[in-house]
Amino acid sequence: MNVVPISYYLVLSAILFGLGVVAFVFKRNIITIFMSIELMLNAVNLAFVAFARAHNQLDGLIFVFFVIVIAAAEAAVGLAIVITIAHNRRSLNVENVDLLKF
Amino acid sequence: MSIPFIMFFVFALVAVGAAIMLILAREPIHSALSLVLVMVALAALYLMLGAEFISAVQVIVYAGAVMVLFVFVIMLLNAGVEERTNFSHMAKYAGLPLAIFLLFGLAHWMAHSAIGATVANGAGAPSQAAVSTRELSTMLFQKYLFPFEATSILILIAILGALVLAKKGTE
Repeated sequence: MNVVPISYYLVLSAILFGLGVVAFVFKRNIITIFMSIELMLNAVNLAFVAFARAHNQLDGLIFVFFVIVIAAAEAAVGLAIVITIAHNRRSLNVENVDLLKF
Repeated sequence: MSIPFIMFFVFALVAVGAAIMLILAREPIHSALSLVLVMVALAALYLMLGAEFISAVQVIVYAGAVMVLFVFVIMLLNAGVEERTNFSHMAKYAGLPLAIFLLFGLAHWMAHSAIGATVANGAGAPSQAAVSTRELSTMLFQKYLFPFEATSILILIAILGALVLAKKGTE
Protein backbone atom coordinates (compact mmCIF):
# COMPACT_ATOMS: atom_id res chain seq x y z
CA MET A 1 0.00 0.00 0.00
CA ASN A 2 2.52 2.55 1.10
CA VAL A 3 5.26 3.25 -1.38
CA VAL A 4 5.61 6.94 -0.58
CA PRO A 5 9.06 7.49 0.99
CA ILE A 6 9.08 8.68 4.57
CA SER A 7 11.18 11.70 3.62
CA TYR A 8 8.20 13.08 1.68
CA TYR A 9 6.16 13.09 4.87
CA LEU A 10 9.04 14.72 6.74
CA VAL A 11 9.36 17.47 4.14
CA LEU A 12 5.60 18.09 4.33
CA SER A 13 5.93 18.26 8.11
CA ALA A 14 8.77 20.79 7.81
CA ILE A 15 6.76 22.93 5.40
CA LEU A 16 3.72 22.92 7.70
CA PHE A 17 5.90 23.79 10.70
CA GLY A 18 7.48 26.67 8.76
CA LEU A 19 4.05 27.97 7.78
CA GLY A 20 3.03 27.72 11.43
CA VAL A 21 6.02 29.81 12.46
CA VAL A 22 5.20 32.37 9.77
CA ALA A 23 1.59 32.56 10.95
CA PHE A 24 2.72 32.87 14.57
CA VAL A 25 4.97 35.82 13.73
CA PHE A 26 2.68 37.62 11.28
CA LYS A 27 -0.79 37.31 12.73
CA ARG A 28 -2.08 40.06 14.99
CA ASN A 29 -5.20 38.38 16.35
CA ILE A 30 -4.49 36.49 19.56
CA ILE A 31 -6.89 33.64 18.63
CA THR A 32 -5.21 33.15 15.27
CA ILE A 33 -1.82 33.05 17.00
CA PHE A 34 -3.15 30.19 19.11
CA MET A 35 -4.27 28.44 15.95
CA SER A 36 -0.79 28.71 14.47
CA ILE A 37 0.58 26.99 17.58
CA GLU A 38 -1.87 24.16 16.91
CA LEU A 39 -0.65 24.03 13.32
CA MET A 40 2.95 23.63 14.50
CA LEU A 41 1.92 20.85 16.91
CA ASN A 42 0.15 19.09 14.04
CA ALA A 43 3.26 19.31 11.89
CA VAL A 44 5.33 17.73 14.67
CA ASN A 45 2.71 14.99 15.04
CA LEU A 46 3.07 14.15 11.36
CA ALA A 47 6.83 13.78 11.81
CA PHE A 48 6.25 11.53 14.86
CA VAL A 49 3.89 9.25 12.96
CA ALA A 50 6.24 9.11 9.96
CA PHE A 51 9.20 8.15 12.14
CA ALA A 52 7.12 5.59 14.04
CA ARG A 53 6.23 4.04 10.70
CA ALA A 54 9.81 4.15 9.45
CA HIS A 55 11.26 2.40 12.49
CA ASN A 56 8.27 0.12 13.03
CA GLN A 57 7.96 1.22 16.65
CA LEU A 58 4.76 2.20 18.35
CA ASP A 59 6.36 4.63 20.80
CA GLY A 60 6.06 7.46 18.31
CA LEU A 61 2.31 6.98 18.13
CA ILE A 62 2.07 7.10 21.93
CA PHE A 63 3.91 10.41 21.82
CA VAL A 64 1.41 11.73 19.29
CA PHE A 65 -1.33 10.72 21.68
CA PHE A 66 0.29 12.70 24.49
CA VAL A 67 0.91 15.71 22.24
CA ILE A 68 -2.79 15.76 21.34
CA VAL A 69 -3.76 15.63 25.02
CA ILE A 70 -1.35 18.44 25.92
CA ALA A 71 -2.63 20.50 22.99
CA ALA A 72 -6.21 20.09 24.19
CA ALA A 73 -5.28 21.16 27.74
CA GLU A 74 -3.25 24.07 26.39
CA ALA A 75 -6.15 25.22 24.21
CA ALA A 76 -8.56 25.12 27.16
CA VAL A 77 -6.32 27.17 29.47
CA GLY A 78 -5.08 29.46 26.70
CA LEU A 79 -8.54 30.32 25.45
CA ALA A 80 -9.66 31.05 29.02
CA ILE A 81 -6.75 33.49 29.26
CA VAL A 82 -7.77 34.99 25.90
CA ILE A 83 -11.33 35.51 27.15
CA THR A 84 -10.07 37.22 30.30
CA ILE A 85 -7.74 39.50 28.32
CA ALA A 86 -10.49 40.32 25.84
CA HIS A 87 -12.87 41.26 28.66
CA ASN A 88 -10.33 43.43 30.41
CA ARG A 89 -8.81 45.11 27.34
CA ARG A 90 -11.77 45.07 24.94
CA SER A 91 -9.42 44.08 22.13
CA LEU A 92 -8.02 40.95 20.54
CA ASN A 93 -5.01 42.67 18.98
CA VAL A 94 -1.80 41.52 20.60
CA GLU A 95 -0.25 44.95 20.12
CA ASN A 96 -2.67 46.34 22.69
CA VAL A 97 -1.43 43.89 25.30
CA ASP A 98 2.03 45.24 26.06
CA LEU A 99 2.28 45.56 29.84
CA LEU A 100 5.43 43.46 29.91
CA LYS A 101 7.01 45.21 26.94
CA PHE A 102 10.19 47.03 27.77
CA MET B 1 2.73 7.65 -10.50
CA SER B 2 0.92 5.08 -8.45
CA ILE B 3 -2.24 5.72 -6.50
CA PRO B 4 -0.59 6.21 -3.06
CA PHE B 5 1.65 8.89 -4.57
CA ILE B 6 -1.30 10.71 -6.06
CA MET B 7 -3.20 10.46 -2.76
CA PHE B 8 -0.19 11.75 -0.86
CA PHE B 9 0.21 14.75 -3.14
CA VAL B 10 -3.49 15.56 -3.08
CA PHE B 11 -3.62 15.55 0.73
CA ALA B 12 -0.29 17.35 1.04
CA LEU B 13 -1.50 20.06 -1.34
CA VAL B 14 -4.74 20.40 0.63
CA ALA B 15 -2.79 20.69 3.91
CA VAL B 16 -0.28 23.25 2.60
CA GLY B 17 -2.95 25.24 0.77
CA ALA B 18 -5.15 25.38 3.86
CA ALA B 19 -2.16 26.43 5.99
CA ILE B 20 -1.48 29.28 3.56
CA MET B 21 -5.17 30.21 3.74
CA LEU B 22 -4.82 30.33 7.53
CA ILE B 23 -2.12 32.96 7.12
CA LEU B 24 -3.90 34.99 4.44
CA ALA B 25 -7.42 34.95 5.89
CA ARG B 26 -8.41 38.10 7.72
CA GLU B 27 -11.46 36.79 9.54
CA PRO B 28 -10.49 34.50 12.46
CA ILE B 29 -13.36 32.15 11.59
CA HIS B 30 -11.89 31.59 8.13
CA SER B 31 -8.54 30.77 9.72
CA ALA B 32 -10.27 28.30 12.03
CA LEU B 33 -12.00 26.53 9.14
CA SER B 34 -8.71 26.36 7.22
CA LEU B 35 -7.10 24.77 10.26
CA VAL B 36 -9.87 22.15 10.36
CA LEU B 37 -9.06 21.38 6.71
CA VAL B 38 -5.35 20.96 7.59
CA MET B 39 -6.26 18.57 10.39
CA VAL B 40 -8.57 16.46 8.23
CA ALA B 41 -5.90 16.22 5.51
CA LEU B 42 -3.37 15.16 8.15
CA ALA B 43 -5.81 12.52 9.44
CA ALA B 44 -5.96 11.08 5.93
CA LEU B 45 -2.14 11.03 5.81
CA TYR B 46 -2.04 9.22 9.17
CA LEU B 47 -4.38 6.64 7.66
CA MET B 48 -1.97 6.20 4.77
CA LEU B 49 0.83 5.69 7.30
CA GLY B 50 -1.16 2.90 8.92
CA ALA B 51 -2.02 4.70 12.15
CA GLU B 52 -5.78 4.26 12.22
CA PHE B 53 -6.25 5.04 15.91
CA ILE B 54 -4.25 8.27 15.74
CA SER B 55 -6.20 9.24 12.64
CA ALA B 56 -9.51 8.75 14.45
CA VAL B 57 -8.25 10.65 17.52
CA GLN B 58 -7.06 13.45 15.26
CA VAL B 59 -10.52 13.88 13.76
CA ILE B 60 -12.44 13.45 17.03
CA VAL B 61 -10.27 15.39 19.46
CA TYR B 62 -8.49 17.92 17.27
CA ALA B 63 -10.87 18.68 14.43
CA GLY B 64 -13.82 18.04 16.71
CA ALA B 65 -13.29 19.17 20.27
CA VAL B 66 -10.38 21.61 20.10
CA MET B 67 -11.59 23.43 17.01
CA VAL B 68 -15.13 23.66 18.37
CA LEU B 69 -13.56 25.35 21.40
CA PHE B 70 -11.81 27.81 19.07
CA VAL B 71 -14.96 28.52 17.07
CA PHE B 72 -16.91 28.95 20.30
CA VAL B 73 -14.41 31.51 21.61
CA ILE B 74 -14.45 33.36 18.27
CA MET B 75 -18.24 33.51 18.50
CA LEU B 76 -18.18 34.50 22.17
CA LEU B 77 -15.73 37.35 21.68
CA ASN B 78 -17.33 38.41 18.41
CA ALA B 79 -13.92 38.51 16.75
CA GLY B 80 -14.13 40.62 13.65
CA VAL B 81 -11.80 41.48 10.82
CA GLU B 82 -8.20 41.64 11.87
CA GLU B 83 -6.63 45.02 11.32
CA ARG B 84 -3.52 44.66 9.29
CA THR B 85 -0.52 46.82 10.02
CA ASN B 86 2.36 47.38 7.67
CA PHE B 87 5.42 45.22 8.08
CA SER B 88 7.99 46.80 10.28
CA HIS B 89 11.50 47.01 8.85
CA MET B 90 12.56 44.34 11.30
CA ALA B 91 9.90 41.96 9.97
CA LYS B 92 10.55 42.77 6.34
CA TYR B 93 14.33 42.49 6.29
CA ALA B 94 15.05 40.06 9.11
CA GLY B 95 11.90 38.12 9.91
CA LEU B 96 10.69 37.17 6.44
CA PRO B 97 14.06 35.88 5.13
CA LEU B 98 14.62 34.01 8.38
CA ALA B 99 11.19 32.39 8.20
CA ILE B 100 11.78 31.32 4.60
CA PHE B 101 15.24 30.07 5.54
CA LEU B 102 13.76 28.02 8.40
CA LEU B 103 11.11 26.55 6.09
CA PHE B 104 13.51 25.51 3.34
CA GLY B 105 16.33 24.63 5.71
CA LEU B 106 14.16 22.18 7.62
CA ALA B 107 12.80 20.67 4.42
CA HIS B 108 16.26 20.35 2.91
CA TRP B 109 17.71 18.83 6.08
CA MET B 110 14.95 16.29 6.35
CA ALA B 111 15.18 15.30 2.70
CA HIS B 112 18.98 14.99 2.60
CA SER B 113 20.12 14.05 6.07
CA ALA B 114 21.32 10.54 6.83
CA ILE B 115 18.11 9.59 8.57
CA GLY B 116 15.94 10.72 5.70
CA ALA B 117 18.09 8.82 3.22
CA THR B 118 18.19 5.55 5.13
CA VAL B 119 14.51 5.69 5.73
CA ALA B 120 13.65 6.54 2.16
CA ASN B 121 15.42 3.76 0.33
CA GLY B 122 15.70 0.13 1.25
CA ALA B 123 16.24 -0.99 4.80
CA GLY B 124 13.99 1.35 6.72
CA ALA B 125 11.27 1.58 4.12
CA PRO B 126 7.79 1.20 5.54
CA SER B 127 6.66 -2.36 5.98
CA GLN B 128 3.24 -3.71 5.16
CA ALA B 129 2.10 -4.41 8.70
CA ALA B 130 -0.48 -1.92 9.85
CA VAL B 131 -0.34 -0.84 13.47
CA SER B 132 -3.09 -2.49 15.43
CA THR B 133 -4.94 -0.53 18.06
CA ARG B 134 -4.61 -3.52 20.38
CA GLU B 135 -0.80 -3.28 20.43
CA LEU B 136 -1.03 0.48 20.87
CA SER B 137 -3.33 0.24 23.88
CA THR B 138 -1.26 -2.54 25.44
CA MET B 139 1.78 -0.29 25.22
CA LEU B 140 -0.11 2.73 26.52
CA PHE B 141 -1.40 0.92 29.60
CA GLN B 142 1.78 -0.97 30.40
CA LYS B 143 4.95 0.78 29.32
CA TYR B 144 3.52 4.30 29.46
CA LEU B 145 1.13 3.86 32.37
CA PHE B 146 2.77 6.51 34.55
CA PRO B 147 2.78 9.25 31.88
CA PHE B 148 -0.82 8.33 31.12
CA GLU B 149 -1.84 8.82 34.76
CA ALA B 150 0.19 12.02 34.97
CA THR B 151 -1.76 13.24 31.94
CA SER B 152 -5.04 12.76 33.76
CA ILE B 153 -3.81 14.97 36.61
CA LEU B 154 -2.63 17.54 34.07
CA ILE B 155 -6.08 17.62 32.49
CA LEU B 156 -7.70 18.02 35.89
CA ILE B 157 -5.42 21.00 36.60
CA ALA B 158 -6.20 22.44 33.16
CA ILE B 159 -9.94 22.20 33.82
CA LEU B 160 -9.56 23.94 37.18
CA GLY B 161 -7.32 26.60 35.64
CA ALA B 162 -9.77 27.28 32.84
CA LEU B 163 -12.63 27.54 35.34
CA VAL B 164 -10.75 29.95 37.59
CA LEU B 165 -9.63 32.09 34.66
CA ALA B 166 -13.02 32.25 32.98
CA LYS B 167 -14.81 33.07 36.23
CA LYS B 168 -16.66 36.33 36.23
CA GLY B 169 -14.96 39.24 37.90
CA THR B 170 -11.37 38.21 37.30
CA GLU B 171 -9.24 41.32 37.28
